Amino acid sequence: MKQHGLAFITGALFGTGLCVSRMADPGKVLDFLDVTGNWDPSLVLVMGGALAVTLIAFRFVLRREVPVIAARFQLPVKTGLDLDLIAGAGLFGIGWGMIGYCPGPAITALGFGFIGPFLVVAGIIAGSLTCKLILAAKA
Amino acid sequence: MENFTPVPALAGGVLIGLAATLLLLFNGRIAGISGILSGIFTRIQGDRLWRILFLLGMVLAGFTWQSLWPGTFADRPRFPLPLLLTGAFMVGFGTRMGGGCTSGHGVCGIGRLSRRSLVATLVFMGAGVMTVYITRHIFEVI
Repeated sequence: MKQHGLAFITGALFGTGLCVSRMADPGKVLDFLDVTGNWDPSLVLVMGGALAVTLIAFRFVLRREVPVIAARFQLPVKTGLDLDLIAGAGLFGIGWGMIGYCPGPAITALGFGFIGPFLVVAGIIAGSLTCKLILAAKA
Repeated sequence: MENFTPVPALAGGVLIGLAATLLLLFNGRIAGISGILSGIFTRIQGDRLWRILFLLGMVLAGFTWQSLWPGTFADRPRFPLPLLLTGAFMVGFGTRMGGGCTSGHGVCGIGRLSRRSLVATLVFMGAGVMTVYITRHIFEVI
């Protein structure tokens, strides 16, 4: 119950961060990726601000045995590099450069009331389910 | 660079970092949006509602912002539909294959000094830059 409330609050905080930083505007993201055009370096500071917090705070958080209201930390277990990681990140980057939306901003932009973000989220879900099916068939 | 907005960018980034820290501290979860979204479609018992609530919180933030300050974010009615759908599909496919997106790898993964996340972030940033070069400066769409 508490975990559900906390998830909702942190989701709202995350979404607010995407609105404050204007990262929920796909045009601004494309301007960041457009390094040879009219470059907008804002995203560097968004990442920088977020990392300034996580790089320091995560060290203290992960020193704990367990989270405050959950049984355990659920962290990724893989450590080595592999082809799926590189190819997946490459495909994601190409898609990101095509539309200017990564998953967080697309979800937040659902609240703006335009049709575009709904199509984007539907496309993201379709792509991610397709990938899961292929990975499951491979395994 | 007249479109550069350093203060809101930094402030928004700090909020994103705080949100990721609180989710990890209290719930022990990584705030990777692509993973939270795709996890809704798994059959693991009791693992779905928190994901839906997190994403609803994000949508509510967008809705509230747009209600308080309409006009901050504009629609893109003339954006080519095939490009939008293909790109979105690739974002979904690629983030699952690579195990994360801008938040999961870029903010949380690098935040916990993961080599995989650092490499993934460099790769998707590079791929994004190359793609925008092609769409904007070679084909001159968007």
